[in-house]
Amino acid sequence: MMWKFEGYRDNVAVIDEHGARLTYAELRHEGRMLCQQSDGRCLVFCLCKNVLGSFVGYTAFLNGGVVLAMLPAEMDAALFQSLYDTYRPKYVWAPEDFELEDSCPRYERFGYRLLQTSFGDGVRLAPELALLLTTSGSTGSPKFVRQSYQNIRANTESIVSYLSLTQSEKPITTLPMNYTYGLSIINSHLEVGATILLTEKGVAQKEFWQFFREQGATSFGGVPYTYEMLDRMRFFRMDLPTLTTMTQAGGKLLPELHQKFAQWCQETGRQFIVMYGQCEATARMAYLPWDMSLAKIGAMGIPIPGGQFELIDVDGQVITQPHVTGELRYRGKNVTLGYATTGDDLRKGDEFGGVLETGDMAQVDEDGYYTIVGRKKRFLKLFGNRVNLDEVERMLKSQFPGVEVACAGRDDRLTLFATDEAKLPQMRAWLAEKTGINISGFVPHAIPAIPQNEAGKTLYKELEKYDD
Amino acid sequence: MTNLEKYLNAFVTALEVSPAEAPALVYGQSKVWDSVGHMSLVAALEDAFDIMLEMDDIIDLSSFDKGKEILSKYDVEI
Repeated sequence: MMWKFEGYRDNVAVIDEHGARLTYAELRHEGRMLCQQSDGRCLVFCLCKNVLGSFVGYTAFLNGGVVLAMLPAEMDAALFQSLYDTYRPKYVWAPEDFELEDSCPRYERFGYRLLQTSFGDGVRLAPELALLLTTSGSTGSPKFVRQSYQNIRANTESIVSYLSLTQSEKPITTLPMNYTYGLSIINSHLEVGATILLTEKGVAQKEFWQFFREQGATSFGGVPYTYEMLDRMRFFRMDLPTLTTMTQAGGKLLPELHQKFAQWCQETGRQFIVMYGQCEATARMAYLPWDMSLAKIGAMGIPIPGGQFELIDVDGQVITQPHVTGELRYRGKNVTLGYATTGDDLRKGDEFGGVLETGDMAQVDEDGYYTIVGRKKRFLKLFGNRVNLDEVERMLKSQFPGVEVACAGRDDRLTLFATDEAKLPQMRAWLAEKTGINISGFVPHAIPAIPQNEAGKTLYKELEKYDD
Repeated sequence: MTNLEKYLNAFVTALEVSPAEAPALVYGQSKVWDSVGHMSLVAALEDAFDIMLEMDDIIDLSSFDKGKEILSKYDVEI
């Protein structure tokens, strides 16, 4: 069991944007009712939205020992189908308007339905397996990160400790539940008996701030794009007396914005906490203590309690000098079990052995504070969504056969290079449709030929000159 | 260009829609007008009319018609 809800029976666990609320005792009861329907340990696909149905499903199944795969409810139908056929879940917990062929509704609650599929109990699950999350849900790769109960417990305890969370917290949701950062906020606050404010609205919507004020939210988390928006919206003029803490993760914040938010928080008696993490580390690996946020602008901080970093040079040796760039390696109990790409992989045990090669390039200063300076893997964070560039290329090549295409770019801008200029608008629109990411994130660029070496490998370095 | 044309043009360029689609748009109801599209739209409107929207107006801008109402506060008649 993940949480001991009976410790906070009368505390309010969750309030949604319509004012519906559940105490911890009620949440526990709802969880038992739902788990009874799914009779025993099996695999459930949970289609996530920031609503009560999704929230209750997540806590019920995680607490009840049922393995959950967390997917965005707005997922493209074809991408859903490929995951569904690959992993063969016994049930799908989904909004009631969700249609699934050959399925039978077993239970209904809070606008969600438990749909029994025709796959039955065929899937074998490792005993420690708790949760499956996509690393880039948007491109629909069938790859999951496998998280264990121990992973989630370790990371939750660590977060509760370094953020000093108490039951008087009221975090408001700004991130989806299928996203590891969003989930870590829920996990850590349920651990201490706090009240989660659940909304589907975003920071650019009036209803979000109305809900924020009505319920007296005390904190929220944001990806870099959230903070860019808040800055452009002249957030600093807002009167939010209940707000005490803002956390930031999901990519590196521009140093100017880091400075601005840290400054504002210091002046107004609030805490601004930059953090670093990955789905492969359950969620968090490092944080910058709030009272160091102005002294260490641009840094992502120190390892969380129970975690350790190492920087590795090109020869595989551990770097001992400060200010030398190396590949960042993390050790801790929150390093996940590994990946899954097929249904059979769900039987596997721990493959990472507590060590994660983050794929990020970093430096450490004399005081032990780490700064990310680049990335080894070919992926971007488009408005907070992790997008694997090779995967996007593969998707485009299979959808548009014969097209010559390469993807490059930087965070918040993916450049689509293609030789066939006439196809570019179609490719862009298709990609936005498939990934659910705003089309403005995909910048078209026609070139006479994709630069390649003799072996036919794309020379991405050559493409960089087009990306200013 | 009339104010209405400028206004329509801001939607067309920021959200990448046709002029015929723009008037029916509502924030959050279509893929183009999400939080990313919203910030582009705010920037486009500010540029087109040389104004600075207040935060309350930015978060209140939830449909094509609502935007017209908001701009009237900035002495922009559409």
